[in-house]
Amino acid sequence: MGFDQLLFYVFAAVAVLGSLLVIGQTSPIYSVLALIVAFFGLSGLYVLLEAPFVAVVQIIIYAGAIMVLFLFTVMLLNVPREGASDWDRGHPHVRVWPVRIGTVLGVVMAVQLIWALSRTVGLGAGVADQRPAASEVSELGRVLFTDYMFAFEVTSILIIVAMVGAVVLARKREN
Amino acid sequence: MAGLLDWLTAPQTIFFLTVTMVVFVALQLSAAVMVYAERKVAAFMQQRYGPYLVGPKGLLQPIADIVKLIFKEELKPKAADTLLFAAAPVISAIAAFTAFAPVPFGASTTFFGFLDEPMPLVVADINVAVLVIFAVTSMGVYGIVLAGWSSNSKYSLLGGLRSSAQMISYELAYGMSLATIVMLAGSLSLREIVDAQQGYWLGFIPKWYAFINPISFLVFATAGIAETNRAPFDFPEAEQELVAGYHTEYSSMRFALFFLAEYINMVTVAAVSTNLFLGGWHGPFIPEAYGWIWFLIKLAVLCFGYLWLRWTLPRFRYDQLMSFGWKLMLPLATINLLVSAAGVLYFGL
Repeated sequence: MGFDQLLFYVFAAVAVLGSLLVIGQTSPIYSVLALIVAFFGLSGLYVLLEAPFVAVVQIIIYAGAIMVLFLFTVMLLNVPREGASDWDRGHPHVRVWPVRIGTVLGVVMAVQLIWALSRTVGLGAGVADQRPAASEVSELGRVLFTDYMFAFEVTSILIIVAMVGAVVLARKREN
Repeated sequence: MAGLLDWLTAPQTIFFLTVTMVVFVALQLSAAVMVYAERKVAAFMQQRYGPYLVGPKGLLQPIADIVKLIFKEELKPKAADTLLFAAAPVISAIAAFTAFAPVPFGASTTFFGFLDEPMPLVVADINVAVLVIFAVTSMGVYGIVLAGWSSNSKYSLLGGLRSSAQMISYELAYGMSLATIVMLAGSLSLREIVDAQQGYWLGFIPKWYAFINPISFLVFATAGIAETNRAPFDFPEAEQELVAGYHTEYSSMRFALFFLAEYINMVTVAAVSTNLFLGGWHGPFIPEAYGWIWFLIKLAVLCFGYLWLRWTLPRFRYDQLMSFGWKLMLPLATINLLVSAAGVLYFGL
């Protein structure tokens, strides 16, 4: 087993364990922190794929900006720990339907994922050809603004819609 | 085992380990020097003597401070979150040390003929160094936020929340001014950005980005002060309102780690500004191989600027800080970025 392979397993373990810890505990602050750890694991995997730019952007955007806002919100609202009442189905605060719908959605997503993964063939071969595009920042920019122009612009519109929505919701009502 | 031994005794490895150790020790020493300088500069500006009892001219004062901090009792509030309370100062310190890793501080050298091929004077020579520094700096906020939350004290929590709001606000302007320089130099590598600033106009004005794009330099310097939570932007620890801010409940070595992180962050921001705007290790009179002397001189001047500002300017009000960041710095940096982009496109600056 080469050094790269060893690193792959380490980073993969960090990412998977971090993701499991996000949902596997009661304190929301610890969940946020576990998600950050998972992002660092993913970032390490990007470095192994010789895409340092993507790795760093992953840290800046997700771990650096989005998760700080998450943490900020959780701390400001002072979200309490999940107690035993959340698991008690007879408790008056527990609504049954959201739980049922959530379970169905979860199962559907798992089935979709398995189906999609079983249909992909030769994932590795496709990645190997694209390597220079992912490692050179200027090359990445060129591809993004030519071949994937449409997807790029649509994403930016999506983000603007979200921003406008947030402003509308947070605005002071005059009357 | 033989492979490992070969790797350990290879000149490149020895050079790499030496550079790493030198940077690690120098950063800690720089914090001590900065503490002494801070107290002496403050005393000078307020017509006092400053420390003068321990050692000649009080030079051993930082060592006395460290000894005092080590022997103090480690306190922890009863309702504090034990794990995060212990982890927060460590996160701060790790982020501070890591941020210096991709910062080059001298020209490539063969180390007096010790190496076959010249190697750059830097811990980690990364081709996206600018972004790595930006990413690691933004990790530092977690130390402060977690310290504020885990202390379970209202002053700490408010300090932590303020700090995260402040750092997010100023990171935008900070990133925009970085992007301007990246565009002018056409590279994300700090080594290439420094090399792009060689040469002179009219034989004596150096081609520094501070002269080509002064707005970017001003925005970067201001946002840098806000990022490191220094006066006049030191809201996380505004003592009149928040006692001591996020480290109200910390004592002994845990407090010392926050202190260390703050001073190392100052040195790192000054070092990055030196590389981005002041031509790094290039300068007249000193041969290229000793360029790190120029680097240290420029670094010292910028660090003195930090102290000078702290003891000259009063602290902003919190709403002033926010409107300054969002309504002045960010638009200024954005317009500057667009104008520079047009300049690069049409005149090939």
